[in-house]
Amino acid sequence: MCCWVQVVTEALLQVEHVSKRFGGIVASDDITLRCPRRRASCHHRTKWCGQEHIDRPARGRARPDAGRIAFGGHDITALPTYRRSQLGLARSFQITSLFPDFTVLDNVALAVQAHAGHSFHFWQAARSEDALREPAHAALARVGLAERSGVLVSRLSHGEHRQLEIAMALATSPRMLLLDEPMAGMGPDESARMVNILRELKRELTILLIEHDMEAVFALADRITVLVYGRTIASGAPEAIRANAEVRQAYLGEQEAVDG
Amino acid sequence: MLYFIEQCLNGVQLGMLLFLLAAGLTLIFGIMDLVNLAHGSLYMIGAYFAATFAALTGSFIAGALLALLATLLVGMAVEVIAMRRLYGRDHLDHVLGTFGLLLFFNELVRLIWGPAGMTLPLPSQMLTAVEVLPGVYYPLYRLVIILSTLVVALLLYLLVMRTRIGMLIRAGASNREMVGALGVNIKLLYTLVFGLGAALAGFAGLMQAPILTVQIGMGENILILAFVVIIIGGIGSIRGAFVASIFVGLIDTVGRAFLPDLLRLFLSTNAASSAGPAISSMLIYMLMAAILVFRPEGLFPASNK
Amino acid sequence: MSAWLNLRNVFVVALVVMLALVPVYAALIGNYFLMSLFTRIVILAMAAVSLNLIMGFGGMVSFGHAAYLGIGGYAIGILAKEGINSGFLQWPLALAMSALFALAVGALSLRTRGVYFIMITLAFAQMVYYIAIGLDRYGGDDGMTIYKRSQFGDLINLSNKTAFYYLCLALLLLTVYVVWRIVNSRFGMVIQGARSNDRRMRAIGFPTYRYKLVCFVIAGTICGLAGALLVNHTDFISPAVMHWTRSGDLIVMAVLGGMGTVFGPVIGAVALLVLEEVLSGVTEYWQIIMGPIFLLVVLFARGGIDGVLLGASRD
Repeated sequence: MCCWVQVVTEALLQVEHVSKRFGGIVASDDITLRCPRRRASCHHRTKWCGQEHIDRPARGRARPDAGRIAFGGHDITALPTYRRSQLGLARSFQITSLFPDFTVLDNVALAVQAHAGHSFHFWQAARSEDALREPAHAALARVGLAERSGVLVSRLSHGEHRQLEIAMALATSPRMLLLDEPMAGMGPDESARMVNILRELKRELTILLIEHDMEAVFALADRITVLVYGRTIASGAPEAIRANAEVRQAYLGEQEAVDG
Repeated sequence: MLYFIEQCLNGVQLGMLLFLLAAGLTLIFGIMDLVNLAHGSLYMIGAYFAATFAALTGSFIAGALLALLATLLVGMAVEVIAMRRLYGRDHLDHVLGTFGLLLFFNELVRLIWGPAGMTLPLPSQMLTAVEVLPGVYYPLYRLVIILSTLVVALLLYLLVMRTRIGMLIRAGASNREMVGALGVNIKLLYTLVFGLGAALAGFAGLMQAPILTVQIGMGENILILAFVVIIIGGIGSIRGAFVASIFVGLIDTVGRAFLPDLLRLFLSTNAASSAGPAISSMLIYMLMAAILVFRPEGLFPASNK
Repeated sequence: MSAWLNLRNVFVVALVVMLALVPVYAALIGNYFLMSLFTRIVILAMAAVSLNLIMGFGGMVSFGHAAYLGIGGYAIGILAKEGINSGFLQWPLALAMSALFALAVGALSLRTRGVYFIMITLAFAQMVYYIAIGLDRYGGDDGMTIYKRSQFGDLINLSNKTAFYYLCLALLLLTVYVVWRIVNSRFGMVIQGARSNDRRMRAIGFPTYRYKLVCFVIAGTICGLAGALLVNHTDFISPAVMHWTRSGDLIVMAVLGGMGTVFGPVIGAVALLVLEEVLSGVTEYWQIIMGPIFLLVVLFARGGIDGVLLGASRD
């Protein structure tokens, strides 16, 4: 399977000539990537291509060795994680990372609170603050989790965890959503539900989607870019990608290696 | 100058004792992810056993060997009865559980041996001093401590790096489920590792007994120093423990010896003699704090943790 | 209303009532030792509640919390020795010193996590312990007697044991209330979230370090106040108050009572200290029993007495 990522002109998120090396291993090689506003871009990945290292520098986990990442005009290459979030770049985690001993509503309310000024308020009960609870309820409604708001996160199904992830990202009123394999580990029903949710969301937000699931990629993406072994090999509209020879070679070639 | 060399050697000797404790602690932590506050109790038990067996057999060496064996057995028994149930749990659980064991051992020792403490006399051949450098004499026994600990350190290195058991230990440290899945008897491995740690602690306890102390609660003070060593050296790293223990031993000993004099250069005699001991005790912790500012994971952090 | 009326809450109310009636009972049966014991229990309960703020709710297991008992105590003791007996000067200074020390230790220790954090807080507390031993002028290892309790003019006479007891109890209940409000506030949400998943908290935009540091300072300051009370209670201060085993006792109180609630540590303090008192009457080797009890609590009653009571009320 190949990596597909999206590259377009006018950009909200700009990843420029980013490279990341680990010793002799080149994880990402001169990646340039631009996500415009209000477009859904899909980034289809495999384990071998180190696409992680576009994603990780963008979220502040691993600094790139070369290159620059800009978001909404700000250079975020060296910014710590929490600052990127405050700038409006929200992300979900590939490996579910929530607050297991809190309820669903509490989780989202935390995300709301993070962007509601400082939290050095010591007296009023946070759980009774409408300013936190209402946006939280709203975000949960958008992802279809409204009836589960009082449930402890440790009791949710895997698919519901992924939905919650998106709700939390939404709760921060982001300008852009970076979704890392939101469909991972989901069955067909849950995936279809997630695709619908994302389809609704992309009308209001820019989304950079990193995904395995080709059906989802083609159902959602306006632009697709492919990465193989850390290097961009193609980018463009879905039909162009489908027809691209190098992409088919990379995809089918690996498919043959798997079959043969 | 002679005094300085002597203090340096004392520092190295303290460092070596610390290494024995720290190596055991860091091994147990690295492999079983267990924080063991009762490690100092094994140190204490080693000393008590040595004093008792030496008195019974009339021979220091026999007493030492028996004490080592006894401490090893006690360590393995503790592992089977108590520690096993703590694996995989929160570190807070470890801290509390082993704290309870520490109190238990202190009282048990008091019950069996009484509150007064014991002595372990040196064999008469050890009572001489050796000329380590022209004109510099150093007690033979302290040299024996340094050398024997170096031998133990070397054996430990060979064990962990060159034997199959050592390989299992290193593998267990990086991925214990996998090692279990490969058919290795993890339980037995853990018991052996804990026993090894106990033996190291007991060895330290019995070696220092003739020159320092055999009393209840002796394990606690040195245990904290051992923790500082591990923090500075990096949890899980024996090499880090070695470097850090020498460092800590030297700074603590040499610092205590010379700091009051050093302070007298700047302060009045009164101020120097009251501030001196207080600041000397702080030196190690200041060192630890300084290291934390720049390297919170220690000097040689084990990469997988 | 019925949600409140469970076994555990009834127990809590009963305990508070019992604590309020201790002086009355002591006067009735003429046993003033009981009042002294419970004064100590109430003061240490306050310290345990402050520890639980960072430990149970914040996930910061500090093995050096008893240091603040000592810092608060020594601040008062040193001032008293130098002739300053006014509580209006002593107590604010005790609080300030505790806060400063917490700030310094927290700033360094909170750069680490997990077991490192535990060991480092232990090491720093031990450092203060050794400094206190080195203070020859103030008693050193033997400690120092305080000849005059903190003076508050006509406001309250701390030498009146009953008045002092009710002051301690009032401060304990105030502490519980304040900590309860903190824990449920926005600040408390950040702290609890950081305990639950610190990385995620940072990812969603919280600079957790500064919040944890502030929490650490608050906890240390409250414990410093407990130290001020303790030194007035015993008329004596020594380094033993801050020995690391005392920090261990505070942790045990919190876990034994129940780390999940604000009041839990109060239950734990009462349980632990009463148990100690009873056992030491039975045998001088009572720690042989206490030690394994800690281990058993860890293994089988991790939710503490709170947990047992809540479990019972569910059935």
